[in-house]
Amino acid sequence: MDLQPVTPIRTYVLVWLTLTIFTFITYVVAQVDLGAFNVVIALGIAAFKMSLVIWFFMHVRTDSPLTKLFCFAGFFWIAILLSLTLGDYFSRTWMPGGKFW
Amino acid sequence: MAELTHVQSEAHSPNLRHHFDDMGQQFDSATFGMWVFLLTEIMFFGGMFGAYTVYRSMYPEAFAATSNFMNPAFGAANTAVLIVSSLTMALAVRAAHLGHQKTLQMMLIFTMIFGLAFLVIKGFEYHEHWVDLKVPLFPSHWAWDGPNAPPQFAHQAQILFIFYFFMTGFHALHMVVGLGIMTTIFIMARQGKFSHDYYTPVEVSGLYWHFVDIVWIFLFPLLYLIGHTRQLI
Amino acid sequence: MSTALQEPEVQETPNYLNAEYGWKSWLFTKDHKRIAVLYLISISVMFALGGVFAMLIRLELLTPQGDLVNSDTYNKFFTMHGVTMIFFFLIPSIPATLGNFFVPMMIGAKDLAFPRINLLSWYIYIAGALFALAAIVMGGVDTGWTFYTPFSTTYSNTFVITAAVGVFIAGFSSILTGLNFIVTIHKMRAPGMTWGRLPLFVWANYATSLIQVLGTPVVAITLALVALERAFHIGIFDPAIGGDPILFQHMFWFYSHPAVYIMILPGMGVISELITCFSRKGVFGYSFIAGSSLGIAIIGFLVWGHHMFVTGMSMYAGLYFSLLTMLVAVPSAIKVFNWTATMFRGSISYETPMLYAFGFIGLFTIGGLTGLFLGTLGLDVHLTDTYFVVAHFHYVMVGGMVVAYLGGLHFWWPKITGKMYPEGWGKFSALLVFAGFNLTFFPQFIAGYLGQPRRYHAYAPEFQVLNVMSTAGASVLGLGFIIPLIYFLWSLKYGKKAGNNPWGAKGLEWETTSPPPTYNFETTPIVTEEAYAYAKHEEAHVG
Repeated sequence: MDLQPVTPIRTYVLVWLTLTIFTFITYVVAQVDLGAFNVVIALGIAAFKMSLVIWFFMHVRTDSPLTKLFCFAGFFWIAILLSLTLGDYFSRTWMPGGKFW
Repeated sequence: MAELTHVQSEAHSPNLRHHFDDMGQQFDSATFGMWVFLLTEIMFFGGMFGAYTVYRSMYPEAFAATSNFMNPAFGAANTAVLIVSSLTMALAVRAAHLGHQKTLQMMLIFTMIFGLAFLVIKGFEYHEHWVDLKVPLFPSHWAWDGPNAPPQFAHQAQILFIFYFFMTGFHALHMVVGLGIMTTIFIMARQGKFSHDYYTPVEVSGLYWHFVDIVWIFLFPLLYLIGHTRQLI
Repeated sequence: MSTALQEPEVQETPNYLNAEYGWKSWLFTKDHKRIAVLYLISISVMFALGGVFAMLIRLELLTPQGDLVNSDTYNKFFTMHGVTMIFFFLIPSIPATLGNFFVPMMIGAKDLAFPRINLLSWYIYIAGALFALAAIVMGGVDTGWTFYTPFSTTYSNTFVITAAVGVFIAGFSSILTGLNFIVTIHKMRAPGMTWGRLPLFVWANYATSLIQVLGTPVVAITLALVALERAFHIGIFDPAIGGDPILFQHMFWFYSHPAVYIMILPGMGVISELITCFSRKGVFGYSFIAGSSLGIAIIGFLVWGHHMFVTGMSMYAGLYFSLLTMLVAVPSAIKVFNWTATMFRGSISYETPMLYAFGFIGLFTIGGLTGLFLGTLGLDVHLTDTYFVVAHFHYVMVGGMVVAYLGGLHFWWPKITGKMYPEGWGKFSALLVFAGFNLTFFPQFIAGYLGQPRRYHAYAPEFQVLNVMSTAGASVLGLGFIIPLIYFLWSLKYGKKAGNNPWGAKGLEWETTSPPPTYNFETTPIVTEEAYAYAKHEEAHVG
């Protein structure tokens, strides 16, 4: 009984190579001072690596829309926590005399 | 009126639990259940990531200064190790699905070896911090001085290190649990419990393992690569 | 050999209660119905404990001076009252008892998706409760159930870590129950049981489970960080090193606000079942009630800052949290309108469960509306941390949730136990609860509006009359809770035997025996009709 399609070994190895290469890139880029972009690049690469693991290693590519929805929901909910909390901190300075912290 | 009619079900697999109608429903439920559990884990670690983000926004320079005392080489090595373990785990699940028993067992062993390697490297790291007096949880092992430690950040740097130990600590705890799970799966594999028709425990364990890998993929840049990394003291 | 006539042995139909005997068959059971009964007993014990603390609070507040106990002890009373009631009674209550029992039956399944995890979640609950009890026995906690820092992390001299660990552990019980329900409802519905035919009780438990799964882990990590900070004497909420106590509140309320929807949504699900049955009418606006459950679950995650308006949070954050709070009232209101419309032109009968349903609609509406007062920024500055807040949340939690729970218990008691409770006593207790409840909590709205602060063991003398009324009401309310305990237990031995469907209700659970067999259904049912398919002009009493 085939509950899921089988991914070829080649695909897995390619994903692994990509992940390793991007880890190396993250490490190298961090040595260079790009100001605010350091964070953006580092987190962007992390998000990309995470997507590869989820999409291929965790089979979400071939999973049902329900699984994809629940997977997405987790990140969306963290985004709620972060955005509304940071919204508080960042808007504190909008009032006269307000301090970020 | 609801009719009580017999629903066709397939021949009884010995692995079919009686409250399920068929193996497909059982497999589906188990994997979906693991995804729901991972959802809770996303929120658990996410809470910590959220708190970290708030403090990093508050104290960007203090947090950047702490990168002088982080060892990104260790962090990168750990990342590479975990990524390989994810590969071997994915191959293990694939082998279980195809009924390739020897490959399954081999890949499980490799996964566990890499997992153990991760913990060993972490141990070295923690030891280094202990010796360098960068463990704020124990007052006798915290000191913020020297040329790479701007004194105005003494307090806030403690916050970063507290996050470092709690986040990597909870992560390591999940790794230890993961190793326990892998050991159990390995024993079950040796006992010939898995086949093309029933490999659900391998599948859901794989999902857990990949998740723990993903948490580390984010921990690495956030804890090790914050500021402009410089030479280690 | 005796020559006296021997009565023929009455064969009991095999059901989940007599399938097996002995403590092992209960403590190692995988049957969701037995686990529901285990939970029922456990949460009743915790409810009683929480009630004892409530009586101690009300006793102290009979007089304006702090004369019964000192302030430290009083702080422990309201803390333990809150912790036991919220985490060990309200949060598990309906899902772990009525939900566990009936969600699988209502969808035509033989059990939940993960029966062993279901049992594990009960054991985890017990472990958490033992930690909480240990904290009480060792001397209590005085931080308030909200564990605000830095008092909880640094300055309190009570057993904060023990209590926090107990709540942390109980959280996992809640998470596992929610996980089980989500998977079960998605994957194990009987053929023909589409999402659009699910009883609204199932929709309510589904929405509740989503909240449990998404919110509880955040309070888990928050309390873990509090416990760790207290253990290591340093941590991320420590202002001495630059930590922010408001961050604790953000993280704490991110869960604890949705938690109140965990507490009320299952009660609303029960009310949908009761109103339809005792009006003998299909529900008005099924999809709106179902959708509003999801709406409450989702929007409920966006409003937590309304607990923090006066903490020093940004005024702009206060603005968006206040706006979203107004929004979250809409789905609740939709339910109340739809229940009312369901009753319109229905054939209404006044059995005990329906009396509780009426009580719910009135009391929850008052509680909900007063929530809007509190959600308004300007008013909240005046009302926050007064008895107005205390009255508000007791109206929704007790007047809403506990009343719904009692209604559901009475409604499904015959199905769970195979026995009827005495209807006359049932009606009497329902009226006692309603009267006692209002006498206890309505004066608190007034006292709070006039300025009596909460969490104080003493108050200004002008509030005494209101407090005496409140304490008197609490005694009546307590009686209203004790009498059902007695007659429920009495009915187990002496109650009239119940048929399969004493109320003539629609729903798969009423098509099995009372009590149901272990595997619920001989064969998986095939569902062909919509929920609440009561025929028009049906007689009020059937069976």
